[in-house]
Amino acid sequence: MPPEAVDGTPKILEARGITKVFGGLVAVNSVNFAIPERAIISLIGPNGAGKTTFFNMVSGLYKPTSGSFVFGGTDVTRLGAHQRARLGIGRTFQNIRLFGTMSALDNVLAGMHTRLKSGVLGSILRTPGVRREEEEARERALELLRFVGLRSRETFAKNLPYGDQRRLEIARALASEPKLLLLDEPTAGMNPQETARLTQLIGRLRDERGISILLIEHEMRVVMSISDRVTVLDHGEKISEGSPVEVREDPRVIEAYLGTARTG
Amino acid sequence: MASPGASLKRFGLPAGLILLALLFPFINEVLGANLMFPVIVVAVYVMLALGLNIVVGFAGLLDLGFVAFYALGAYVVGWFASTHFSGVNFSFLSALPTSGSLPGIHVSFWVLLLAAGAFAAFWGVIIGAPTLRLRGDYLAIVTLGFGEIIPRFFVNGDDIFGYNLTNGTVGIKGIDSPGIPFVPSRGWQQFGTLDLNPWYYTILVLVLVTVFVNIRLRDSRLGRAWIAVREDETAAAAMGVNLVTTKLWAYALGATFGGFAGAFYGAFIKSIFPTSFSFNVSVLILCMVVLGGMGNIYGVILGAIILQGTNFYLLPQINIWVHDIGTALSSPFLANVDIPKYNYFLFGAILVAMMLLRPEGIIPNRQRQEELREGDEDDSATEITGAT
Repeated sequence: MPPEAVDGTPKILEARGITKVFGGLVAVNSVNFAIPERAIISLIGPNGAGKTTFFNMVSGLYKPTSGSFVFGGTDVTRLGAHQRARLGIGRTFQNIRLFGTMSALDNVLAGMHTRLKSGVLGSILRTPGVRREEEEARERALELLRFVGLRSRETFAKNLPYGDQRRLEIARALASEPKLLLLDEPTAGMNPQETARLTQLIGRLRDERGISILLIEHEMRVVMSISDRVTVLDHGEKISEGSPVEVREDPRVIEAYLGTARTG
Repeated sequence: MASPGASLKRFGLPAGLILLALLFPFINEVLGANLMFPVIVVAVYVMLALGLNIVVGFAGLLDLGFVAFYALGAYVVGWFASTHFSGVNFSFLSALPTSGSLPGIHVSFWVLLLAAGAFAAFWGVIIGAPTLRLRGDYLAIVTLGFGEIIPRFFVNGDDIFGYNLTNGTVGIKGIDSPGIPFVPSRGWQQFGTLDLNPWYYTILVLVLVTVFVNIRLRDSRLGRAWIAVREDETAAAAMGVNLVTTKLWAYALGATFGGFAGAFYGAFIKSIFPTSFSFNVSVLILCMVVLGGMGNIYGVILGAIILQGTNFYLLPQINIWVHDIGTALSSPFLANVDIPKYNYFLFGAILVAMMLLRPEGIIPNRQRQEELREGDEDDSATEITGAT
């Protein structure tokens, strides 16, 4: 997708002057940032650049020290993580955080929490409405497991192979029907085949389901192949932004990753 | 489809146990075993343990003050079904033949049972709210504090700016029997002290309702949210689980069953004292949950039966035998030893042994077992990823 087309589409998320200070450390420094609808935006930068901190602020786990987030036209700066999930911000974690002793299927059902309505009394009496909702939820969960290519349903999440755990985290995040999906290093620890399959899957999320994706990724082949736009953070500041090619050739980015070139 | 073995386990075993429970009074009568009283007390503790299981087993919130809800339930019945408030003369659906002329408030036990559940749930939320941000040890300490405050309140509540609310250490005596409203109290409807069958069937229904609600909750949307919160609060929040309401539901629903159990116990024992609701009781209930298998409904029931059965029946029984032996052997030590006094020593020993040998409880919850065996599992997980 050419950059012009991206710029023309409406924004799903806008971050305005986001700053996060931990004690005396400025982890993220007045970052302005926008994610268009139906786009894959990658956030890259050296270790400690503030990528995950920024992620945690988007998903509502941290509150920014200053600045604001507008999601789908609503100011969500003051909303907690579960409220943002309800509005449509889903995420995965860099260090996998599945519900280890729940089955794969139950993990996905837990991810569906905000989209289900069953109340306490209804669940105790198991009214026809609740029963129907549970059956439909199960069907959708199985569909999501198939979509991410996971065959195990009853296995405990923690007993799944590593690659499957990554995929299950994505299925669980998709269960909350996000409009914006945050993926924090989804291919970390995967072999090249698994990485290729996952990259393809991420592309399908945008193309088939119209989900916007914010991706933190170290694997440059992944970033360069599927991103519509790339944003580079270094020491908490945005140092570059543009198409994958533009970013790759930006001297400031090369400097941030490799240090100052001494000789031509 | 489930195999015949699985469906037998799913329906056959519970059906058999319920049948046995229904027939128990006849069996007891035929055998002349005289077990009705201890069995009713054990059943009260089964209810308490199942209530605490919602908080500790499902939602993973360590609560050391559960006795508070038991006490609140008992005092609701004490206040509103006795002559305690002698200045008032009020009666509502009471089955007492003389209720109109008796001083004090006399509300039907069945109404109070529901009220006690609601009152306990209300306090469950009040007590739960300040603990929402706490985890693990800190949560346990705060709940311990509340568990101490409430019995203290009942001890000192005989003089609240001159008003006697709780009658202090003397407690509330002469609590009305349940009876059936509009029906003359004759025969079993009296809920007397000689015929314990009506009491037995009442607590049996209460226990069955508790088990049913426990099972339904465990398999519900809320049940999944509880486990998610227990496993990883941060991830649960990011998946849209509202931590505040999810935890408060656990406190409220757990407390409700504590309140029911307290209300029944108050009416059954007829006199309640603050000393009946000491910290020891909280620990005992927690031990039942841990011993049986946190989160496993059958395990928790078994834990309650073992501990309270030992406490209330087995130890006094052994005491009598030992005294008989002591008298026969003319050994003054054996003839006078007070074995029930050593109950907490015994429970302590059982718990230490359990934690060393089978930390997941007698009938473990599949999930809890995995959590506790985490070390071993991690090794195998590494092997798998290493191989790929």
